[in-house]
Amino acid sequence: MKNNRYIVIVGCGRLGSHLANHLSRSGNSVVVIDKNEPTFKDLSPDFSGFRVHGDATQMAVLKEAKVNQADILIATTHEDNVNLMVAQVARGIFRVPHVLARVFDPRRMEVYAQLGIDTICPTSVAAEMFLHAVANGAAGRKGANP
Amino acid sequence: MKVLIVGSGKTLYFLSRNFSARGYQVVIINRNPEECIQLSRQLTATVVCGDGSDADILKDAGAMGADAVLAITPNDQDNLVICQLASRKFSVPRTMALANDPDNAEVFEKLGVSGFSTTHIVGSLIEQRASLEQITNLLPVGEGRVNVTEIVLTEDSPVVGKLLKDIDLPENALVAVVIRDKKPIIPRGATVMLAGDRVVLITLPENHGPVLKAFTGERL
Repeated sequence: MKNNRYIVIVGCGRLGSHLANHLSRSGNSVVVIDKNEPTFKDLSPDFSGFRVHGDATQMAVLKEAKVNQADILIATTHEDNVNLMVAQVARGIFRVPHVLARVFDPRRMEVYAQLGIDTICPTSVAAEMFLHAVANGAAGRKGANP
Repeated sequence: MKVLIVGSGKTLYFLSRNFSARGYQVVIINRNPEECIQLSRQLTATVVCGDGSDADILKDAGAMGADAVLAITPNDQDNLVICQLASRKFSVPRTMALANDPDNAEVFEKLGVSGFSTTHIVGSLIEQRASLEQITNLLPVGEGRVNVTEIVLTEDSPVVGKLLKDIDLPENALVAVVIRDKKPIIPRGATVMLAGDRVVLITLPENHGPVLKAFTGERL
């Protein structure tokens, strides 16, 4: 995997800052966008990328972050609709080759899968892992007490 | 006609009141419970309390049978998602999204949602009112393939005093209405053009310039 890509991360919360620190450390050029400036404090001291303070649903902010040059855009804000809008704009208007959006509501995911937006749904992922653990746990107990 | 409006505040209230008065069936989606109670007391419309970008709420509000969905919340991302859900999931034939950021009106169109910006509309209204140009209105219709223009004839207009049938009008242009002393007249060949008339012209973009020139005498 190449490690010199230009990556834009929208939202600098727990997930966004984690991804930004990690991807920056592994040698990528990272730009983080968040509308609350204090969230940038979650970036680690060795984060070498740029911070853009602004609302990513505004074209001017995306242009400032040079989204048109990005190889990857990851939308991680806590609002599904912001992520979905930014992802569509990045893909449809700025022609970003790889766009990912976090979407909490699994029902919204179907519609966006049809639109060609790659979404990751933490709710579904967590549910699957819990169900898996429950199933294994049950099987384990069954094995232990025949 | 059944119209679903998602939003809040005075714009929502007055729009709903207007639509109800015209006999439309109006359903409002608003996420603030207190405002919902107020709205249901003041209006005849059905009020659904919840997030309009949630498919279940849209379903409760009867999106399936709606003729139009109008998303006018203060958040562009919500307006976009509401319209996309309405058209993709519930096959609503007409959806319109308010673009709070005027740049987003174009963004919405590119993403397949019809968008409008009140900043644009109010801005152009102010320009029209403030400017002394004879051309007072330019409205593109049919996705920009047709222009509707209103111009005021001045004394020095080359068509003043002429019969409509004697005006050398380019192909594919129509004088739709003449407003004289605030009264609209549907003109015929024998209608005489007078100074002070407000003339509503329908043109195609390719002959728009020549038609305006014929009426104002100016090169545009």
